[in-house]
Amino acid sequence: MKDKQLSVSAIKEGTVIDHVPAGVLFKVVSILKLDKVGTMITIGNNLESKKLGHKGIIKISKVFFEDNEINKIALVAPSAKLNIIREYEVVEKKVVTIPDEIVGIVKCVNPKCITNNEKVTTRFDVVSKPEVRLRCHYCEKITDRDNIEIL
Amino acid sequence: MKNKNLVSITDFSKEEYLRILELAAEFEMKPRQDILRGYVISTLFFEPSTRTRLSFETAINGLGGRVIGFTDSGATSTAKGETLYDTIKMVSNYADLIVMRHPLEGSAKLASEISSVPIVNAGDGANQHPTQTLLDMYSIQKTQGTLDGLKIFMVGDLKYGRTVHSLLMAMSRFNTTFYFISPEELMLPAVYKLHLDKMGLEYHEGKDLAEFLPEADIIYMTRVQQERFTDPIEYERVKNAYVLRRNMLEGTRETMKVLHPLPRVNEIHTDVDDSPHAYYFQQARNGVFVRMAILSAILGVK
Repeated sequence: MKDKQLSVSAIKEGTVIDHVPAGVLFKVVSILKLDKVGTMITIGNNLESKKLGHKGIIKISKVFFEDNEINKIALVAPSAKLNIIREYEVVEKKVVTIPDEIVGIVKCVNPKCITNNEKVTTRFDVVSKPEVRLRCHYCEKITDRDNIEIL
Repeated sequence: MKNKNLVSITDFSKEEYLRILELAAEFEMKPRQDILRGYVISTLFFEPSTRTRLSFETAINGLGGRVIGFTDSGATSTAKGETLYDTIKMVSNYADLIVMRHPLEGSAKLASEISSVPIVNAGDGANQHPTQTLLDMYSIQKTQGTLDGLKIFMVGDLKYGRTVHSLLMAMSRFNTTFYFISPEELMLPAVYKLHLDKMGLEYHEGKDLAEFLPEADIIYMTRVQQERFTDPIEYERVKNAYVLRRNMLEGTRETMKVLHPLPRVNEIHTDVDDSPHAYYFQQARNGVFVRMAILSAILGVK
């Protein structure tokens, strides 16, 4: 049986974030602060996917992200693919890449770190991109992918 | 080095380390110099550390500088809820340099970004204590005549011991061969072994303290603490295996020295103290000269 109906309806203009692993979809929503976006957003999660098993998809109308903004989601969803939509057509496809430095998104895993005890913006150097290992600029401890908690 | 912060051992280059050690040797020859007259140095000890504080204050006084500060944050506005940010902002109005000790990791780095005057880290939790590392290096250089190509034994708690990690990072720039002797539970973390692999340095790991001792140039002892063990029976089993005794030093090199960051509890038996190999009390004394060197280099008077 072929079911060609889209689970999440198309948008006219904007950004589609596809191939988001189902478990991190809402982390992506929070990293991009989509709760503060006023335009139409449709979200599908736990959709069947040949590549990921289950995936999530986010369609954001009339919003186009800067690369440094959208690349932040590579921390939790390195497999995510972006489609830029104009007049219902995909005009550009992008993948996400982890930036060299992460400022203010991730919580340091070390409870004795100054950033967890005083009002300080967190900062990390990305020491390994494939494994997602972040070294705290302050306490020098490593926060790895399994321990990433989004602020 | 003028106006530089010393927060982490990686803040200084190899040449800068060597310059500090050279200056420390000058201060050892002539420990009373009036070169810090007119300078005010603040020692902010948010947690007590008598040894480190006295060493810094002895260094400052010896060079004619003035000290302001506190020895325990219990008696300060920190206890009233003042943030580190506000404390550092305020103190950097008063002092030419701030020496700080703080229980939270990364606090000295943060302070260095807030302060208008240089910060010297005198220990931030389990993270960094660079002046200890420099005084360890000074002690090694002084007793061995060189830093290059030595065989250094590190014994005891190699997992949590911050002095061990910093010394390892610093000495890895000098073609050192390392021997790591520890119980299973307290072995050196993999990240440091990876670093040594990357640097192409030779190292050995073992559990038996006596086995390779005749090879050693330096034995760096640390304390095996009971609270590090999940199983108290395991602690009882290993606690005496990492105690250095005088009879174990027979057959070691004549120039070999035993170092310890102190305080010692029982990991070096007191019968070692009057052995010609014992160096831990002189090591503490060297701390004063090294801190004189660090302060005067950063303040630009040397």
